[in-house]
Amino acid sequence: MVPKNLRYSKSHEWAKLEGEVCTIGITKFAVDQLTDVVFVELPDVGDHVFAGDSFGEIESVKAVSDLYSPINGEVTAINQDLIRDPAGIAADPFGKGWLIQVKPEPGSNLNAMMSPDQYQKQIDSEAH
Amino acid sequence: MGQRTPLYDRHVSLGARVVDFAGWEMPVQYTSIVEEHNTVRTSMGLFDISHMGRLSFAGPDSLALIQKVWTNNAATLKDGQVRYGLVCNDQGGIRDDVLVYKWPYGYAMVVNAGNREKIVAWLNESIGNLNVQVIDQSADTAMLAVQGPKAIAACKDLTGVDPASLGYYFAAPTRYEDQPCVLSRTGYTGEDGVEVIVGKNQGQELWDDLVARGAKPCGLGARDTLRLEAAMPLYGHELGEEIDPFQAGLGWSVKLDKGPFRGRDALLRRKEDKAMRQRVGLELSGKRIAREGSALKKNGETVGVVCSGTFSPTLQKTIAMAYADPAATAVGTTLTVDVRGKDESATIVALPFYKRAK
Repeated sequence: MVPKNLRYSKSHEWAKLEGEVCTIGITKFAVDQLTDVVFVELPDVGDHVFAGDSFGEIESVKAVSDLYSPINGEVTAINQDLIRDPAGIAADPFGKGWLIQVKPEPGSNLNAMMSPDQYQKQIDSEAH
Repeated sequence: MGQRTPLYDRHVSLGARVVDFAGWEMPVQYTSIVEEHNTVRTSMGLFDISHMGRLSFAGPDSLALIQKVWTNNAATLKDGQVRYGLVCNDQGGIRDDVLVYKWPYGYAMVVNAGNREKIVAWLNESIGNLNVQVIDQSADTAMLAVQGPKAIAACKDLTGVDPASLGYYFAAPTRYEDQPCVLSRTGYTGEDGVEVIVGKNQGQELWDDLVARGAKPCGLGARDTLRLEAAMPLYGHELGEEIDPFQAGLGWSVKLDKGPFRGRDALLRRKEDKAMRQRVGLELSGKRIAREGSALKKNGETVGVVCSGTFSPTLQKTIAMAYADPAATAVGTTLTVDVRGKDESATIVALPFYKRAK
């Protein structure tokens, strides 16, 4: 349930870096914990995001959570489908439920993020 | 580890997400809060409410003790009647909101889980010379709620009493599988339904029976959104030791003319205090939820504070309850709510947000 081609943060974001495009989302584990997502707030295209800083929030009936960027960069796209239908994130959090795309600052990478195996260990311990 | 109800193993085997609630390990949801909420509004849902406190009273002065600590009038209860009222401190603040049951042979009281020990102590210290004993039966019993438009029919032959024969807020001592139980037409969801009290060893059997009758397990998450739509107060949010019944909109449950009771003198004064904040309903125009503690503002001034907020699955709107200064309580008043540093526009609306069609 944890895709092998992504990197992960402690706060349950995933990221994928392909050339000049870093796609960021939240994991299925996070979405399952939230359930009943009613609202997703994302930055505007052109905004800057910073590693470790909040770039938006996701709100469920139960609670609200900040969304944290794993990388410095400029927002190049946001997922408009999620703005229209926030609950849709539950169907495919690692795919169609992506949140934002960022053009990373030169030289930045995702090396500080967790590997799929490390993240799997984290959620295994959180599930208990 | 928190306390567990007799249904704990059921919740775990059903895959419930278990959270701490008032020191109890309780299911917050089995599938999704919205799904469970909608089931109660359209069909029927099943809740484990065994964490609530169940007290009974023994002795000739049972009525006198209840009258001494309760804002409502227990002397006018008919046999089988259930009535809502408050226990207040001597300053008129609310210690708990409770139901009192009148039986042909005595009285019972259902109190909030988080207030049980406090209320038992309060009752005992209020006894004085009265000849009465307070018996806490919570640990020996289980309590389940079946709520929703299909609940009454589904429970027709559940016990020895057809709930359709009970008026709203009436109860009957009867039998479930040859053991004594209590069936009441009460609830905390804004829907018709019943609450059943059985011995703790029958809890799982009753749960399975009700599931087989079509009731869907629902957690405290849905219970919260349901009661919020129905504008029912929740202790610790809308109610507390600093809040009096008149502020909370519960003045109807305070019978100042019934004779002396704890808090009455203070309540006589507080009833006339028109400067106190009042409980109001809010509808927000955006989707961000104003949760407990969010400040209400008008023209830059703080005029109140949110006590509960959610996204209403039934109304598909963002709603909240709050305490507001008297000048900001009129229905239609527009103001803003500071939701985590950003102002969201809101309008005062009449309570309840949702009322079922009769």
